[in-house]
Amino acid sequence: MGVRRRWQWLIGLIVPALLLALWQGIATAGWAPPSILPSPTLVVSTLLAMLASGEMLNAVQATAMRMASGFALGVAVATVLGGLCGASSLARALLDPLIQALRSVPSLAWVPLFILWFGIFEESKIILVAVGVFFPVYLNLVGGIANVDRKLLEVGRVHGYSPLRRLLRIQLPAVLPAYILGLRGGLGLGWMFVAAAELLGAANGLGFILDDGEQTGRPERVLAALLLFGICGKLTDWALAAFGRTLVSWQDTDTAQGVKT
Amino acid sequence: MAHEIRITGLSKSYGGQPILGPVDLALEAGTITAIIGRSGCGKTTLLRCLGGLEQPSEGQITIGDGRLSRRDVGYVFQEPRLMPWLTVEKNAGFGLIDVAKTSRQQAVAEALQVVGLTAAAQQLPKQLSGGMAQRAALARALAPRPEVLLLDEPFSALDPFTREQMQEHLLHLHHHYGSTMVLITHDMDEALALAHRVIVLAGAPGKIAGDFSPDLPKPVNRSSVAFFEWKKQLTDLLSGPAIHAVPQFEIQPGLQQRRIV
Repeated sequence: MGVRRRWQWLIGLIVPALLLALWQGIATAGWAPPSILPSPTLVVSTLLAMLASGEMLNAVQATAMRMASGFALGVAVATVLGGLCGASSLARALLDPLIQALRSVPSLAWVPLFILWFGIFEESKIILVAVGVFFPVYLNLVGGIANVDRKLLEVGRVHGYSPLRRLLRIQLPAVLPAYILGLRGGLGLGWMFVAAAELLGAANGLGFILDDGEQTGRPERVLAALLLFGICGKLTDWALAAFGRTLVSWQDTDTAQGVKT
Repeated sequence: MAHEIRITGLSKSYGGQPILGPVDLALEAGTITAIIGRSGCGKTTLLRCLGGLEQPSEGQITIGDGRLSRRDVGYVFQEPRLMPWLTVEKNAGFGLIDVAKTSRQQAVAEALQVVGLTAAAQQLPKQLSGGMAQRAALARALAPRPEVLLLDEPFSALDPFTREQMQEHLLHLHHHYGSTMVLITHDMDEALALAHRVIVLAGAPGKIAGDFSPDLPKPVNRSSVAFFEWKKQLTDLLSGPAIHAVPQFEIQPGLQQRRIV
């Protein structure tokens, strides 16, 4: 089992490697013009050129900053409101219907309003990312708190725990697995929204490279930026999942025993 | 100092449907009382009322002088209900959150020693066997040194050997702490092996159908004639016409002819 797990990541590389070979084959055979489908080697050389010029570092840095700020803001607001609505039925009755109604508004539809309110610079992009991150974190937290095992809460009651102490000592630790899932969902949406925000108007960042590649007819730049988005998204998700696993190592599940998701 | 428990006119209904009572009982301080009866006769409801987990519809419960704190009443559930994120040691100290660290550590160490779990203090619940988990739950109830200990079928999920071992543990604990104990069980052997007094509950709604004080010396010799005689008395009562806790189902005509295709 240990050996199988050790090499499991290699199995996941088989299909991408085959696709890459097929892509290179199509490009080399000239079945698709380079203006439509540049070869993988051209994409790699574009990436290397971007790395050498410092463009890659600047773009990743700008996007990561927007992403980190928006993620932090979205998580903070979702945690406070989710904790409040999960713990207090009054807060839930007051706030949850409004939040659920706002959830049905497509997040990108907020863009014009955010631009009007916060301008075209960083604030509107960060807030758009925060909106994307907010909902999965909030929903997982509220749902998680509501679904905490009544039997565990009764243990708190027989020991005279107040509702606040039950929240802090039982509900919040119990909700941690659902919360981490919410954070991972929020992170994925955050990357999606930062790309959208940058495509709608930015002077730097990976989204800007995507837009620039399209405007100037250089698909190798578009593909290079897509690849970088993918790498950034995967790396941050991997780091968050690894951190989450250490926090919930007490779980008696197959995942907690080390199976990566 | 152990406390007596006085129950006066206690009854409980759910949605207008009477489940229990009225029940009048006075349980002597420092004794073990077993409450026995068929499923659905209201045994657990009675214990939950004693533990403050249910509000009686009518009647009154007085424990000691009526001025006991939560910490003076311990409760052991049918399942261990350990907090999965806490070690055995922290679970055992769950009811001592307001106690100074040194006193808490001392009380927890003593409780773990009494239940034989000192070596497992740093283990997580997922690493424990069923018997060990139930002993950890017992340690959690004992650590605050309760005057009254309420036990809701605490060993019913255990195999016969572990169950007998746990019953011996409980007798040892009673000798050690001298608490007033109320044990809910549907196991006649367990009731006779542990209790100074056996109350038979019949329902529904649950009412007292029998009240015995088996004069069996502890530890009980389960092969003795006296033990068998007491068991026969209880069996006769529990299988007699006075006990109708479970509604009798009639097989509808034609039901036997249905086939699973």
